Amino acid sequence: MEPIKDIRSRTVVLPNDDIDTDQIIPARFLTTTTKQGLGKNLFNDWRYGKDGRELPDFVLNRPENRGASVLVGGNNFGCGSSREHAPWALLDFGIRAVVSTAIADIFRSNSLKNGLLPVIVDAKTHRWLLDNPGAEVRVDLETTSLEANGKRVTFPIDRFSRYCLMNGVDQLGFLLERRDAITRYEQAHA
Amino acid sequence: MPSLFEKIWASHVVVPESDDTPAVLYIDLHLLHEVTTPQAFDLLRAEGLPVRRPDRCLATLDHSTPTVPVKTLKDLEIVSEPSAAKQVRQMEKNCKDFHIELRGFASRDRGIVHVMGPELGATHPGATIVCGDSHTSTHGAFGALAFGIGTTEVGHVLATQCLLQRKPKTLAINLAGKMPAEVTAKDLILKIIGTIGVGGGTGHVIEYRGAAISALSMEERMTVCNMSIEAGARAGMIAPDDTTYQYTAGRPLAPQGAAWDAAVKRWRTLPSDAGAKFDKEVSLDVSKLKPMVTFGTNPGMVISIDEAVPTDGDPAFRKALAYMQVEAGKPMLGKLVDVVFIGSCTNGRLSDIREAARILRGRHVDKRVRLLVVPGSEDVKRQAEAEGLDEVVRAAGGEWREPGCSMCIGMNGDTVPSGKLSVSTSNRNFEGRQGTGARTVLASPLTAAAAAVKGAITDPRDLVG
Repeated sequence: MEPIKDIRSRTVVLPNDDIDTDQIIPARFLTTTTKQGLGKNLFNDWRYGKDGRELPDFVLNRPENRGASVLVGGNNFGCGSSREHAPWALLDFGIRAVVSTAIADIFRSNSLKNGLLPVIVDAKTHRWLLDNPGAEVRVDLETTSLEANGKRVTFPIDRFSRYCLMNGVDQLGFLLERRDAITRYEQAHA
Repeated sequence: MPSLFEKIWASHVVVPESDDTPAVLYIDLHLLHEVTTPQAFDLLRAEGLPVRRPDRCLATLDHSTPTVPVKTLKDLEIVSEPSAAKQVRQMEKNCKDFHIELRGFASRDRGIVHVMGPELGATHPGATIVCGDSHTSTHGAFGALAFGIGTTEVGHVLATQCLLQRKPKTLAINLAGKMPAEVTAKDLILKIIGTIGVGGGTGHVIEYRGAAISALSMEERMTVCNMSIEAGARAGMIAPDDTTYQYTAGRPLAPQGAAWDAAVKRWRTLPSDAGAKFDKEVSLDVSKLKPMVTFGTNPGMVISIDEAVPTDGDPAFRKALAYMQVEAGKPMLGKLVDVVFIGSCTNGRLSDIREAARILRGRHVDKRVRLLVVPGSEDVKRQAEAEGLDEVVRAAGGEWREPGCSMCIGMNGDTVPSGKLSVSTSNRNFEGRQGTGARTVLASPLTAAAAAVKGAITDPRDLVG
């Protein structure tokens, strides 16, 4: 995984609360055995019409939002299924950070392991972001803060996850280094 | 004075957490299915790593498998989508290559992973259980700490039998009173989700407590814990008691003989201590609970069957109502139904099919309705057939299918057509969950069977008795 220091981008805004992972990537696209290529089906049933063509009014399809890598979602983003295909699809599409007032536990955990930043902000900052789609923002991991509208707000992130993201460290390596402790645990609990 | 959760957590910490690093938590049982594991096995191959404890894996095929009879992979090629068939073939290969026993098409045990685990006796009180599936919370019914994980974490558990975890918070849901007759565990959990909201449990492990919980059977407790994730909770659990031990005793993967006695002695120490503290507490009286139905596009948008759909000006709320083609201020009762699905890890067990059969017996499904009954496992199917429940379903004009996740997730070809209304005993009424454009109303097996017979949403209490 590439180390991440900060992300600068315009925002794209999906204001709906409780956006579930079935919307992010519908289940029928889960019969894959790889992580690649899911971006084309991101928000598939909101993005495409019955004829398979892009719906021009959907935010991700509007020309001014192409290339934006910070997604501002409504409260409780990523609820529902544990499918890691959701962050895989967002990343494959080009989204690198998701901003909300609350982000569902499993989605948040999956995102952190793939380099998609879950950014939780206060209601006032969130309101401003929802009201100002396309705003230029900076998500900075060094200071764990989001800069928007000339203001800086910090966001919570587990220290270990932050370290791994900033240094491109794979968490599995850390676990594998604990093998002796795991063996001792297994012997004590056999 | 630790809680049930704290006792299990403490006994599974391999390396304690610090400010800088999460805890290394030992996992006793790892459930695997074909949809969320292929990329994890790829990682092991790429890193040259073995599966540390194949003996702690329980693997099956459930999500993308057809519910028409398939006994071999060759049959599958004929009835299945090529990508789904490929995924199943990959699962067979991964399990073979990494020495994991797969309960596949030829197995008498195969079933939805959360139905199969408990019925084999693999789900034990006090255990840590994970699966790349959010409904792993089901196993909490046995007093286990059971939660869903992503595919990267599936790889972590395969390689190390451990996970890196921050300790979650705890939420006690205290349920007082006696549930009225004909009101089910499904109605109870829908009421709870409607009360605390779809994000109400985020960051927390729920412990369901109180007289109303102790009175439930194991199958009912599984229905309750199953949908903990629909309130956003990390896990849901219920203290083990004699009901738990009676259910588990003698099952193939339960401890036997002296080991059983020792296990029960240990399990009896698991329930939360009298003075246990929780980060949050919620109390509900269930004595006036009624059958529940959802009206919107998440499980928190739920009402009693005799209530009207609420009014709310929020644009997302209005969008959900528009998608569902329901009107604020109008009841759900009487709404015409096209499809009824009885099954899933929420309500695909023998008791659920018996409940549905109480209504279906001697009646016929309305001509506008397609009724699909999908047992949760091969074992459920065998037992139901031994009781003649398959004949009850067929005689009523319903389809009796092979076990699997089926129309709960619509990955296997069992889908609800666009725009059609489905009353489903599954767990998610998200947009498109049962098929593109499908409209889903979540309900109990009784309410679902009543809808099938009447062709419209019906109070099941009018049909039983």
